[in-house]
Amino acid sequence: MKITLKLYATLGAFLPPGAQRNAIDLDVSDGATIGDVLARQNVPRETCHLILVNGIFSPPANADARELVDGDTLAVWPPVAGG
Amino acid sequence: MGWTGKILRVNLAKGTCTPEDLNMDWAGQYLGQRGLATKYLVEETDPKVDPLSPDNKLIFATGPLTGTCASTGGRYSVITKGPLTGAIACSNSGGYWGAELKFAGWDMIILEGKSKKPVYLCVIDGKAELCDASEIWGKSVWDMDPWIKSRHQDPMMHVAGIGIAGENGVLYSCIINDLHRAAGRSGVGAVMGSKNLKAIAVRGTGGVKVDDFPAFLAATSAAKEVLAANAVTGEGLPTFGTQVLMNVINEAGALPTRNTRDVEFEGAHDISAEAMAAPSGKDGKPNLLANQACFGCTIACGRISKVNEEHYTVQNKPEYWHASGGLEYEAAWALGAATGVSDLDALTYANFICNEQGIDPISFGATLGAAMEMYQDGALTEKDTDGLELKFGSAESLTSAVELTGRAEGFGKELGMGSKKLCDKYGRPELSMTVKGQEFPAYDPRAIQGMGLTYATSNRGACHLRSYTVSSEILGIPEKTDPLVTDGKAGLVKAFQDATAAVDSAGLCIFTTFAWTLEDIAPQIDGALAGKWSVDRLLEIGERVWNLERQYNLQAGFTAKDDTLPKRLLKDAAKTGPAKGLTAGLDKMLPEYYEARGWTKEGVPTNETLARLAL
Ligand code: SF4
Repeated sequence: MKITLKLYATLGAFLPPGAQRNAIDLDVSDGATIGDVLARQNVPRETCHLILVNGIFSPPANADARELVDGDTLAVWPPVAGG
Repeated sequence: MGWTGKILRVNLAKGTCTPEDLNMDWAGQYLGQRGLATKYLVEETDPKVDPLSPDNKLIFATGPLTGTCASTGGRYSVITKGPLTGAIACSNSGGYWGAELKFAGWDMIILEGKSKKPVYLCVIDGKAELCDASEIWGKSVWDMDPWIKSRHQDPMMHVAGIGIAGENGVLYSCIINDLHRAAGRSGVGAVMGSKNLKAIAVRGTGGVKVDDFPAFLAATSAAKEVLAANAVTGEGLPTFGTQVLMNVINEAGALPTRNTRDVEFEGAHDISAEAMAAPSGKDGKPNLLANQACFGCTIACGRISKVNEEHYTVQNKPEYWHASGGLEYEAAWALGAATGVSDLDALTYANFICNEQGIDPISFGATLGAAMEMYQDGALTEKDTDGLELKFGSAESLTSAVELTGRAEGFGKELGMGSKKLCDKYGRPELSMTVKGQEFPAYDPRAIQGMGLTYATSNRGACHLRSYTVSSEILGIPEKTDPLVTDGKAGLVKAFQDATAAVDSAGLCIFTTFAWTLEDIAPQIDGALAGKWSVDRLLEIGERVWNLERQYNLQAGFTAKDDTLPKRLLKDAAKTGPAKGLTAGLDKMLPEYYEARGWTKEGVPTNETLARLAL
């Protein structure tokens, strides 16, 4: 299945070549979890503080259990805030 | 201690500067800065006063921790009745000016009346005098600040003042200190201009005494360790600044775009922290050059940026080739997403002009967004705009409009009225994205429900800094709540409002609260001040301040009817993103909020509430 992976701020360094605007479309196996996708890109898990799937919060502690579906957009940030 | 115990009262009509003792009973009840200055304003002025008349007062106030070694202890606030809203105005700024005022030996400056001719106030330690400003009237902040330092032969002075916008009554003009830090919102700069007061220059050589130095040092050191160890304040904010939110809020479908018609902006990435850090321009240097800290701050979230020298805005203006205060999230949103402009250099330039001339980029950008929608709908034509083609997405329109507004020239004068008056004038009041006359900032209340209640109930008109529930609803700090539901938001907003009012009264920066709770703050205040300062006492002060501000607004003529949102948010559902199909659920949250506050159904504090808070 196809998903869109977006890695922001310092995590952008873990995107594969060809990524644009911090995003890339990836083919992943059916039933892949958030954890599988992050492991594939060697993203250190302790740096993943904010995870949104299609814009909706997904608890980082739950990353290995949360399965993605075709067409999902997975966006991940290190610790960030603002105002 | 903590407080200097001294106020400087300046009568601009008479030209007098008179020291007086701080009312220590009030300091015990209202702490300082936002709370204490509000108490003075309430006691000394009629809430129905015309904000731009000589009878309005303008108060510059520090907190007890301002100028101490507490992290971020450099803040001051400007308190007055706001001309943009007609409500109480309280605008908070960082930089170095607030600490310098304490070093000069003053907690507060109260300015009253109106000077016959342009003046600036010069405060050097215990000595204060009004000086002729005729040579700098009509000059920008960036020209005025070095002129004053040179005139006094003192580069160590810190200057807070207005640009051309404030002199000309742009209703959202701000007061800029240290060249690019701003007491930004509600038009406090226009009040300063109405008094013929160009600037306040301060030089102090004293220190700030604290009550129990070992306890204070232990508490402030421990609190700094908390900031350093926290992933957000120790790493996220210094590295990326607030601008990292651009992609977060856009991904969450909560980025008000093109006057809030949309909730996602296709150009968000181009104006984000990531874009600011990417190489650009002929020298390959990024827009972002460095981060910067305000006085005593161990977070250092500030951005220092440069406009690409080849960009059309500056290619023939080398005076803008230097580095200066760069885009923060709110400014980037207002100048960018709200107008549909995704040219990062144009935004950086527009932000420079906002700092140079002293205008609030949030209200300016949001007002321009409303004007663009009216232009697109035909309610505004090129005849009205002096030939400006106000198309959504046009960088040229943005940069021309900001120059005109900064100088209060041509159509810039109309933009300077703010979106409410502008949309009223051209017959489209529903297109003004304001509450109580103030433009709201960078979060769509349909996708972050708590922010709808925040905007509707903010005492200074729509604002994110009165209860930043984004922290909980999007970022999960201190704990995650669902941004799409209204349940529990009344209590959440009240808790954020009260805690924020306490922090704003202490002299600290609200960004500390991404890591600190009042449990970290109370021991610092307790070490600095005589008496016992517990978390409960701070929360009570926060609630007291909130209710005092509310009473001021009620007496100024506001009612529960003003605790509302633009129809677009209440009736038109979000078109895309997680909030697709949702409107702002204010009708559900507002009655719960009044009840949680101990107010009547009409939004008026009950006698029991007032008695409980000793008001
Ligand atoms: S956190 Fe940012 S805004 Fe607050 S005091 Fe520090 S540098 Fe200034």
